[in-house]
Amino acid sequence: MTGRARRRPATLNLLIGICLVTWLLLAIFPFVWTLWGSFKVEGDFFSKAGWQNALSGPLTLLEHGDTFTGAGYHGAWVKEEFWRAVLNSLAVVVCVVVVSLTFGTLGGYALSRSTYRYAFWLLIVALVFRAMPPITLVSGYLLPFYQLNLWGHLPTAIIVLVAINQPFTLWMLTAFFKNIPKDLDESARVDGCTQFQAFRHVIIPVMWPGVITTGLFSFLLAYNDFVVTAMLLSKQNQTMIPKIASFLGTTQTEGNVMFSVASVVSVTAPLFLLVMFFQRQIVSGLTAGAVKG
Amino acid sequence: MRHTVFLRFFLPTALAMLTFIALPIVSVLVQSVYAPHERVVVEVENCTPFGCVKSTVIDQEATRKLQEERPLGRFVGGDIYVDRSHLAFAELGQAWNGAATWHEFVRRLMTLPFYKALAFTLTYMLFVTPLSIMLGFFVALAVNALPRLLRGPTIFFSLLPMIVTPLVGALILFWMVDSRGIIGSAVQWLAGDDDLSLKASTPLTWIMLIVYGTWSTAPFAFVVYYAGLQTVPQDTLESAMLDGASRWHRIRYIVLPHLLPLTTFMFLIKIMDNFRVFEPIVSFNASAHAQSLSYFIYSDLAETRLLSSAAATSVLTVGGVLVLLSPVLVRTWRQFGKA
Repeated sequence: MTGRARRRPATLNLLIGICLVTWLLLAIFPFVWTLWGSFKVEGDFFSKAGWQNALSGPLTLLEHGDTFTGAGYHGAWVKEEFWRAVLNSLAVVVCVVVVSLTFGTLGGYALSRSTYRYAFWLLIVALVFRAMPPITLVSGYLLPFYQLNLWGHLPTAIIVLVAINQPFTLWMLTAFFKNIPKDLDESARVDGCTQFQAFRHVIIPVMWPGVITTGLFSFLLAYNDFVVTAMLLSKQNQTMIPKIASFLGTTQTEGNVMFSVASVVSVTAPLFLLVMFFQRQIVSGLTAGAVKG
Repeated sequence: MRHTVFLRFFLPTALAMLTFIALPIVSVLVQSVYAPHERVVVEVENCTPFGCVKSTVIDQEATRKLQEERPLGRFVGGDIYVDRSHLAFAELGQAWNGAATWHEFVRRLMTLPFYKALAFTLTYMLFVTPLSIMLGFFVALAVNALPRLLRGPTIFFSLLPMIVTPLVGALILFWMVDSRGIIGSAVQWLAGDDDLSLKASTPLTWIMLIVYGTWSTAPFAFVVYYAGLQTVPQDTLESAMLDGASRWHRIRYIVLPHLLPLTTFMFLIKIMDNFRVFEPIVSFNASAHAQSLSYFIYSDLAETRLLSSAAATSVLTVGGVLVLLSPVLVRTWRQFGKA
C-alpha cells in the first residue's frame, strides 16, 4: 500500500490500540491470574478479604512460610495421583493421532484422486457426521459396550475418538492432497507402480506439512476431549480432563480446590508450548477450509 | 482411481466411521423406543399363627432373567418421545389451553426440561455465534493495522482462549467470577452489593456462559478474518482511495463484501459447534440454571442412567442438527445438480 494509506489519524490509532490492549488482556489475563494463583493457598486465591490477597498471598505465607507454595501441585500430582491420568492421556493422545492420521491419509488420498461422484457424497456424509454432537453418539455406545464388555478400556476410547475425528481429518487431508499435483503419482503409475506404490514412494515424502497440520488438530481433539473419555473410561483409566472434572465433585467440599487449580495449570502448559511452536500450522489449518471457501 | 483400489484405501476410515458413528446413531434410534423392564412382581402369602397376610415382592430372579433375555427392555414405541421429559405434548397442550398470556405460557414451558434445554441451547447459539464473529472481525481489523513485528505475538496470545481445553478454559473463568474471585468481587463492587453472586441467578448464569462462549470462539473468527484480510485485492482498495472513498467506505464496500463467503462459512461451523455446547455447563456447575441439550443427555447418562431417555433426547438433537445443516445440504445438492 502507498504511504498515504498507511497514515492513520491519531484518534483512530488510539482507538485501535485501546481495542487491542483490551482484547489481549481478556485473552491472557485469566491464564496469568490462574498460574499465579496456583501457587497460593485457597484462602488467598479465593480471598474473602480482597482480591489483592491473591497477589501478595498473606495466608500462604502464614501456612507455608513463603508467599509461593507447591502444595496444590503436590496434592494433585502425588496425593490424587494425577500422574496416572497424565500417562493415560499420553497413551490416548499418541494412539489417536497415529491411528487417525494413518486412516485419514489413506482415505483422504483416495477421495482426492477419485473422479467418481461418490467421493463427493462421501465428503458430504462426513460433514453430516462432523456435525453430530459426540454425546449423542456416546449414548449409543454405552449399552452395546456394556454387553460386549468393552466399556472402560483405553483402546475403546481410542478407537471411538479416532472415528469421531475421521470426518474432520478426511476433509482437511482431502483438501491438502488435492493441492499435490496429480501428475506426480500419475507419472509413477505410468512407470509401472501400483496405486499404493505411487502413494508410498511419491506422495508420502511430500505430504508431511499437511499431515502435521492435521495431526495438530487430532492432537487437540484427543487432548481436549471430555465427553468420550468421561463416559467410556473406568476410574482407573481416566484421562486428565475427566480427572479434573472429578476433582470438582470431590475436592471442592474438602477445601482442596487448589488441587484442581494446579492440575488445570498442568493441563494448560503443554497447550501453550504447542501454540508457541506450531502457531503457523494452526493458523494455516484453521484457515485452510475457510479461505478456499 | 478404480473402485477396488479406492475401496482398499478408504476401507479403514469407512469402517471406523460406520462402526462408531453410523451404528451408534442406529443404536440410539433403537434404544429410544425401548423402556427399561418393569420389575416382575409376585404376590406371596405369609401365613403365621395369627392369620395370612398377602404382600407383593419383587421377584429378583425373574426380573434378572427378563433383563438378560431382552437387554433392550420392553418396546414402547414413541412413548418416550412424548413423555414429560421430552416433547411433552400433553403438558404442552395444557399449557397452551390453560395459559391466558404468552408470558404465562412461556413460564409453563420452561418447567418442562426438554424445552428448557432447547431454549438455552438456542439462546446460546444465537448470541454467541454473531457476537464472537463480530469480536473476531474487529480484532482482525485492529491486528491488521499493527506493524508486522507485533503481529506474531498478538496472534499467539489471541489463539489461547480457543486452543485451551473447553472444560479447563471455562473453569478458569468460573474461578474468577466466583464471589471470592477477582471478577466476582469486581462485579460486587460495581453493583454495590456485597452478597451478589453470579452463580445464584439464572439470567446472570446465562450471561456468564454466553460471555465464556464468545471469549472462547472469537479467536477462530479472528484467525479466519485475519487470513481473509490478507487476500483483499489491494488494487481495488487503492483505486477506491483515489476516488476519494473514506476509510469506512472502503471497509463497507470492499472489505466486507470480500469477506462475505468467509462469514457464511463461519456461521455454519459455529452454529453447529455452539449447538452442542456442553463443557462450560459442567465447569460452571450451572445445571440448575442452564441446561443444554448435550448436558441433558449427559445427565441422563451419567447421573440417572436413563439410557432410553438419553437416547430419545439424542435422536431429537440429531434431528436439530440436521435442520441446522439443511441449508448447506440443499445448497450442495443444487450446486451438484448444476455441475
